Formats: sequence, structure tokens, C-alpha cells
Amino acid sequence: MTEASSDVPTRATAASAATASTTDRADGNGAQATSIVEAVDVHKRFGSLEVLKGVSLSVERGEVVVLIGPSGSGKTTFLRCINHFEKIDQGRISVNGRLIGYRVDAKGNLREERAAEIARQRAEIGFVFQHFNLYPNKTALENVCLGPRKVRKISRDEAEELGRRLLQRVGLEAKFDVHPAQLSGGQKQRVAIARALAMQPKLILFDEPTSALDPEMIGEVLAVMKSLAAEGMTMIVVSHEMGFAREVADRVVMMDDGVLVEEGPPRQIFDHPAHERTRAFLAKLL
Amino acid sequence: MLATTGLHFNTSFFWSHLTNPTTAFLQGLWTTVYLAIVSQTLATILGLFLALARRSKIAPLRAAVWLYTWIFRGTPLLVQLMMIYDGLAAVGLYRFSNITIAGLVVPGVVQAAVVTFTLNEAAYMSEIIRASLNAVDSGQLEAALSTGMTPMQAMRHVIVPQAVRFVIPPLGNDFNAMMKNTSLASVIGVSEMFLVSTEISSTTFNTFEIFAVAALYYLALTTVWGFVQSAIERRIDRRWGIVRPPRSSWLSSWGRRQVPSFGSGATIGGSIDPALEGLDPGRR
Ligand SMILES: Nc1ncnc2c1ncn2[C@@H]1O[C@H](COP(=O)(O)OP(=O)(O)O)[C@@H](O)[C@H]1O
Ligand SMILES: [Mg+2]
Repeated sequence: MTEASSDVPTRATAASAATASTTDRADGNGAQATSIVEAVDVHKRFGSLEVLKGVSLSVERGEVVVLIGPSGSGKTTFLRCINHFEKIDQGRISVNGRLIGYRVDAKGNLREERAAEIARQRAEIGFVFQHFNLYPNKTALENVCLGPRKVRKISRDEAEELGRRLLQRVGLEAKFDVHPAQLSGGQKQRVAIARALAMQPKLILFDEPTSALDPEMIGEVLAVMKSLAAEGMTMIVVSHEMGFAREVADRVVMMDDGVLVEEGPPRQIFDHPAHERTRAFLAKLL
Repeated sequence: MLATTGLHFNTSFFWSHLTNPTTAFLQGLWTTVYLAIVSQTLATILGLFLALARRSKIAPLRAAVWLYTWIFRGTPLLVQLMMIYDGLAAVGLYRFSNITIAGLVVPGVVQAAVVTFTLNEAAYMSEIIRASLNAVDSGQLEAALSTGMTPMQAMRHVIVPQAVRFVIPPLGNDFNAMMKNTSLASVIGVSEMFLVSTEISSTTFNTFEIFAVAALYYLALTTVWGFVQSAIERRIDRRWGIVRPPRSSWLSSWGRRQVPSFGSGATIGGSIDPALEGLDPGRR
């Protein structure tokens, strides 16, 4: 990563931030503009435990990647590295051609970015948590509006209009003024998705968005995610919902023990897995 | 008068001072109230900054706050009061003198009392606020950060507002104690309710009667505060969308405040952090 290559896409980021549309954002920056996430040889250790052992993944604009793998294999950690919730020990991750969480100093070493810059980068990356993490002291509408108001600094009226539109989009037009305590799990997760959408992200990361839900609520959340995919949103989804993956994923990536074992179209991975570890994992899943 | 049994209780003096207190007594009551309110308010603000400083990346700052808390929690309030008013003047460091704020004369002793109560209470408040900030689920910080807030913005717009709910019960306890502790200001000559009562006692010799009146007024203050605190707690709960069953009586809310249980409602979704259980309400 040179100084120059981290400079050019910064302008691309600013330019595409102006267009709210999720489509047609490749604005003439060549090959780099089509690949939105670029992870190269990412290593992550917690103390002596190496959790990511050289993960490389490139995600195209508008692509839906479903990440599968056994519990403890490092899926959550990898997602968290992508928006710099975790510092990485080796390798690099860029989003929109811009290094995430780090900059290259004069000597060519990686230095951690300032908090304000990291925040600016995160504003363009949505994150949907397994346990929703809605603000319990705020209504559904306030949950959605807070980010746009405080980060984008748009007016309350404007934010509320945006919030209502997004809550409608996830089918919660009846729940604007309801608090999370009074919502079902499925409704909470849909509010959380609307909250992520409110920042008009270029990419949304989903960490097991349906695994904390009762079975009857999984469908409503997956339906919202499908509609997002259909509209061209770039998504990396940690999920073991095979039906969803088959229908929506462009690519399924299998992770085990901190490495990506294999990847391919859903039909290939689910029906003809090449790797023994994938086969063993899928056998346990069914 | 029950002089024949050897019991000297001046009933009419008691009733007249209770129902129709002297101007001096009422001024003392007012001083007690504003001393407590002003000190508690300033202490809460200072306590918030101390709590945030305890989370700072700068180690000497953290150490300084720790030292401050250690000293103010580890020494008697009475000693602090004497050192700050008489002690500072005696060593020639600072002498509190009367000042006029917005046309109101604030006596030096009152300033010294406010400063002492604030500094002392801020040490406790910083611990309360620190534990309450820690009690907010870490997922909340990450949710805020994921929408592009800086850590400072997340603290201000997400973490602190949620911590308020955990702060109120122990803060209510402290304010209850504060109203009673203001009586210590009498030793440096603040004419609050206790000192005025002492003066009435020494001129009328109706010692038991006047202090019984004072006790009832203190009790009224803390009881009214108990209601106010419950109302604040219910209001915060409503803002969280939590509906608690109405309490059977004010006595049960009183009992609850003595042993604070954070968010006692069974309808609450989130769990309460065990860090809060270290808060000791009855430490004075
Ligand atoms: N903050 C942390 N500190 C220490 N170990 C962690 C931390 N987060 C995750 N781990 C460990 O890293 C490994 C991978 O965890 P995770 O990324 O959550 O896996 P997955 O999401 O695939 O189940 C696990 O062994 C987990 O215990
Ligand atoms: Mg996980």
C-alpha cells in the first residue's frame, strides 16, 4: 500500500458518498472501484491464541458473501476486523480502496488512524449484531435517527423522515414510537438493519443476524436481507441459514480454525464441497 | 407541661415551633436545602468528569483521580470542613470571604461548606458514575461506533444517557445523606437548620422540643426527596419503555432505596452489571 494509492480512493469515497443510490457507484477509478473489500493475509491474535491465521478475501461491489464455519473458527473476529473493532496484527484490510483503521507513515509503516478518521470510515460500513444492540432508552425511530443526526449532522426533521422511510422499508411502520423492550426479536433485528441503513453504508456486515431469534421470526429478517441484496447492497453475512445462502449468496466462504478453507457458489459448496472440513461441518449442520 | 411526673416536655413550644417556625429557623431550613442541592449538583458534575478521567488513557491523570478519591473517601467530612475553612486560612493559603453573586451575599462560611461538600461528594459520585458507565452493555458502545460515532460522541449520546438510569438510585441515597450531613456545616458557623436549632435551644432551654422539631423537618426533607426520586425513576423507566407494576405503598419504595436494586422490575430485558453491586449505599 503506497501513499498514492490510499489517496486516490479517498476522493472516490467522498464522491460516492454524495450519491445515496446503492447502484452504479463505480465512478471511473478502474479495477479498484469494483472491489469494495480487500483483505490480504489478515492475522489476529488474542494473547497467545492466534484466531485469524492469514485470511484473504476480496468482495465485489454488490456482492453477497455468506461466511460459514464452526463456532470459534474466527468468523466474528474477521467481521470485526473489517470495521476496525479489532486491531489486526499482520496483513491489511481496505474498504473502497482505503486502508481501514491504519495509515501508512513516512517510513512505510502502518500506524493506527485517529479516532475521528476511524469513525468516518465506520460510518460507511453497517454492522448488524447477533444480539441487535438497540439503544434500550430510545424508540425504534430514535434508534434509527441518532446516527444520521449526530454523525451526518442532519436536522431532526430530516432524520425522522429518513427514519420513518427506513422503518417502513423493513415493515415496521406501526412501531415508530415503540421501545426495544416492547419489540419481538425479529422486529428488533429489523430496526437494527434500518439503523445501519440510515447511514447509507456502502457495505453491511451481518454477524449471525438470525441466530438469536425464535424460528418463526427468522423469515422476516431474512426477507429484509434478501430485498437489500436485490437492491445491490454489498453484504458479508455470517449465517448458517442454508436456504438464504442458496438463494441470495453470490459466494459462500467456509472458514475453519482461522483460515478460509474453500469458497465458491452456494451450490458448489453445499452440494459438492471440495474440502473434507467443509463436508464434516455441513454434515453436522444438517 | 408534665412537670409532676418529672418529664419536662413543653408541648405548646413544640407545636408552635413545628407549625409556625421562626424566621431564623426557616432561613436555616432554606440554607440546609440549598446547601444540599447546590453541593450535590456540583458534585455530580465534578464526579462525571472524575469518572471520565478515571477512564482516560493518561496514566498520571488516572492516578491523580484515584488519589483524590482515596483521600476524600478516607477522611471524615468534619475534618475536611475544618481544614478547608479554618485550616486554609490559618496557613495563609486561602480565606473565604463574603462575595455577592447576582445581588445575593454569599457568606464565606457557606462557600467553604459548598466547596467541602462538593469535593467530598464528588469522590463518591465519581465511583457511582464509574460503576454506572461500566454497567452499560459494551454492545451499546459498539452499536454507536458502528454508525460512525467517535468514542466521545458514543459516550455522550449513548453511554451516559443510559448510565443515568443506574446512577439515580445511589445518587438518591447520597442526596439523602447530604441533606443530613449539611448539619456539620454548623461547626464553621453556617446558619443552617441545626445551628439555628442549637441557638434556639440555648436561649429557651427547650432542647428536646426544638431538636425534635428539627428532626421532623429533616425527616420531611428526606421523605419528600424519596417521592421525588421515585418519580424520577419511574419517568426514566417510561423513557426506556419499561412499565413497572405500581408500588403498593411509599414504604416499599423507601425500603427499596435503602438497599438499592437496580431496575427491580421483572419486565426489564437487559441484565444489570455485577460491577454495580460493589456500590455501598450505607457507607457513612
Ligand atoms: N476479545 C477476545 N479475547 C480473547 N479471545 C477471543 C476474543 N474474541 C474472540 N476470542 C476467541 O477467538 C476465537 C474465535 O472467536 P470468534 O471470532 O467469535 O469465532 P466465531 O464467530 O467463528 O464463532 C474463539 O476461540 C474465541 O474464544
Ligand atoms: Mg461468532
